[in-house]
Amino acid sequence: MSEKRTGAQILCESLIQNGVDTMFGIPGGAIMPFYHAMWEYRTDLRHILCRHEQGAGHAAEGYARSTGRIGVCIGTSGPGTTNLVTPIADAWMDSTPLLAICGQVSSAVLGKDAFQETDITGITMPITKHNYLVKNINDIAYVVKEAIHIATTGRYGPVLVDITKDALQATAVPDYSKKIFLPGYRPTITGSKKQIKAALSLMLKSKKPILMIGNGVMMSDASAEVRVFAERYKIPVITTLHGLGAFPEDHELSLGMPGMHGWVHANRAIQEADFLMNIGGRFDDRVTGKASTFAPNARIVHVDIDPSEIGKNIEVEIPIVGDARIVALSMLEEEPEEKLVAEFHKNAAEWLTYIRELQTKHQHKQQYLNRPDTSTMLPHDVFAALTKQINTRGNYRVVTDVGQHQMWAAQLLDWYKPRTHITSGGAGTMGFAVPAAMGVAVAHPEDTVWAIAGDGGFQMTNQEMIVIIQENIKNMKIAIINNGFLGMVRQWQELFEGKRYSGTPLTSPNFQKLAEAYGWTGITVESVDQIDAAIERAYAIDGPVLIDFRVEREVNVFPMVPQNKSIGEMITE
Amino acid sequence: MKIHTLVVLVQDHPGVLNRAVSMFRRRGYNIASLVVGHTETPGVSRMTIVVESDNVEQVVKQLYRLVEVLKISDVTEDPVVDREMVLVKLHVTGQHRAEIVALTEVFTAKIVDVATNTMVIEMTGGPAKVDNFIDVIRPFGIKEMMRTGRITMVRGAKGHSGAELIDQAAE
Ligand SMILES: Cc1ncc(C[n+]2csc(CCOP(=O)(O)OP(=O)(O)O)c2C)c(N)n1
Ligand SMILES: [Mg+2]
Repeated sequence: MSEKRTGAQILCESLIQNGVDTMFGIPGGAIMPFYHAMWEYRTDLRHILCRHEQGAGHAAEGYARSTGRIGVCIGTSGPGTTNLVTPIADAWMDSTPLLAICGQVSSAVLGKDAFQETDITGITMPITKHNYLVKNINDIAYVVKEAIHIATTGRYGPVLVDITKDALQATAVPDYSKKIFLPGYRPTITGSKKQIKAALSLMLKSKKPILMIGNGVMMSDASAEVRVFAERYKIPVITTLHGLGAFPEDHELSLGMPGMHGWVHANRAIQEADFLMNIGGRFDDRVTGKASTFAPNARIVHVDIDPSEIGKNIEVEIPIVGDARIVALSMLEEEPEEKLVAEFHKNAAEWLTYIRELQTKHQHKQQYLNRPDTSTMLPHDVFAALTKQINTRGNYRVVTDVGQHQMWAAQLLDWYKPRTHITSGGAGTMGFAVPAAMGVAVAHPEDTVWAIAGDGGFQMTNQEMIVIIQENIKNMKIAIINNGFLGMVRQWQELFEGKRYSGTPLTSPNFQKLAEAYGWTGITVESVDQIDAAIERAYAIDGPVLIDFRVEREVNVFPMVPQNKSIGEMITE
Repeated sequence: MKIHTLVVLVQDHPGVLNRAVSMFRRRGYNIASLVVGHTETPGVSRMTIVVESDNVEQVVKQLYRLVEVLKISDVTEDPVVDREMVLVKLHVTGQHRAEIVALTEVFTAKIVDVATNTMVIEMTGGPAKVDNFIDVIRPFGIKEMMRTGRITMVRGAKGHSGAELIDQAAE
């Protein structure tokens, strides 16, 4: 250990010591020493060359969100790092543990507008949990350790480490032993016992309880504990977009997704509930609709690892700061009086019956899926076929892009397992799906990974398809829901702007041929009767397959809450 | 909107002031005054931030999200010593000189520079006293002025030492 190493070698060794095995990136001048060193460590540290740093960033996000481990992306100084800004912002909004390693110009010319110099720490300050500019080789080992610690503890998030070229080139004897010293960073993990007791007794007094679960449940791997809790008290469960899969959708207590494109019965249940416990969701405006009208009758408990989320959007009665899984475990330790629980069960059962009646009254999933008419191909027909096949053909993960198809996928596919639904929620970043699915496919070579994208978002990052070929990745498929429009924007134009389709009609290349040019198998589907066979073929081929589903052009996502309206006011057609 | 005084202890790292200010800017919080300086503990800096907010709790929570922030105290309701310093350069003609000197004494201010037509006065006091001094002196013709912003310390035994925080973390 007493041998001298270059900063770049120290960087590689630090990454390996801190559990990194895969990185996505693109080299360039300032970061070249790192690439030079990487070669020696390639058996432990896999580098996947992407075609655009945005792709590298989203791939790292997909890797992180599907595994719960740190995702790592790399860019060189200047444009290489500014291209990482979008995925960093995306990871910030969705609390994804991401480490961005950036090359920086040499410290001697820092601040002098040197070639490819960009103040990336300045640029990313508002969208990172923390960031560093490292100018001294002796700081590299410690900073990497601290950066990964910060990204993967508390509320997860992106951390950026910008390292000057001379620090990477210098040599020194590394010291990996320095202990993490963060006097200002001590996330609260265990919830207050007193608050937990108070929350439970408040819950047991209610007659119309709702449990809402979000990203925090996914990130802390709390699905099992939350499920036991829900079953013990028989509380109906609502899963937000990032909670999909954290609670199995076929469970008798599952109500599905709330919010702007959630189900009528789920939103109504929230509006009528007299108690709502939100675990690991942040009351995003896409969930609450107009915040002042959200859950007007409910006494609210909010469990979140980040105290700043509590009371930010919605006033709550009982805040519990802590990790979702640890808090769920402490809630399970409570043993309230059996009589109270029996009474609670009785009321909750009536309440659930009432919600199920609402559900049958208002158009629900099954009605969207089982359409009689087959002369036209609606997106719904594609999702009906996908959900049927996906669920009978082994382990899968689905990564969606942003737009109408994203909402249909969330609504119409069945979500059973945590970390099987991955999407860009908070930032709504078009172009997320293809590279993020690549990251997921790398992390889970045994699973079939589906990227579901719109014709618009697909064209923002489809260049990453060639990486799949170069890396010989076999387990990824792409489904394009091709409606010839920037569909979600078109829907708003149709509903609220008198059909002025300004800037939304979309011409696309022949996606099948494009796929073939990339060395993928391409399939075009133009009618309902071709859907099943196409998906079957996609599964039969041991390699990447793209299916272009040319669906009806002007179809809307319903139900829908118009912006800034109460979630009680849904448009259903 | 209510005016709050926050005492914030932070790790003395490059960029920490930038992070704090950037957070205030992007969340739309209004800083009335912000002063940073060293403390009794090496490696710990102290900020006195005066902020206008109806939801200071949210401001505090957002500040705590910064990794380098050690401790935040809202001392708005506490008994405190509040101090600010001002330097004022006055345009002075012979006839007013004596009057200004007399006022300076009343405010226990100091004349720190005298030239043919100007005079620089240094004055320290609570924010209200500083306001008052400036009002009184203004008619004589202020050429230049700079206030430091407020620094605050709670009276009595209760306090905000950086050393304890650092020691706790090192354990
Ligand atoms: C990078 C980016 N640019 C713009 C938008 C705004 N936007 C949201 S949805 C959407 C349309 C997406 O179209 P498409 O990918 O074809 O999906 P569809 O809605 O048709 O399913 C647009 C432009 C965005 N979310 N992200
Ligand atoms: Mg489209």
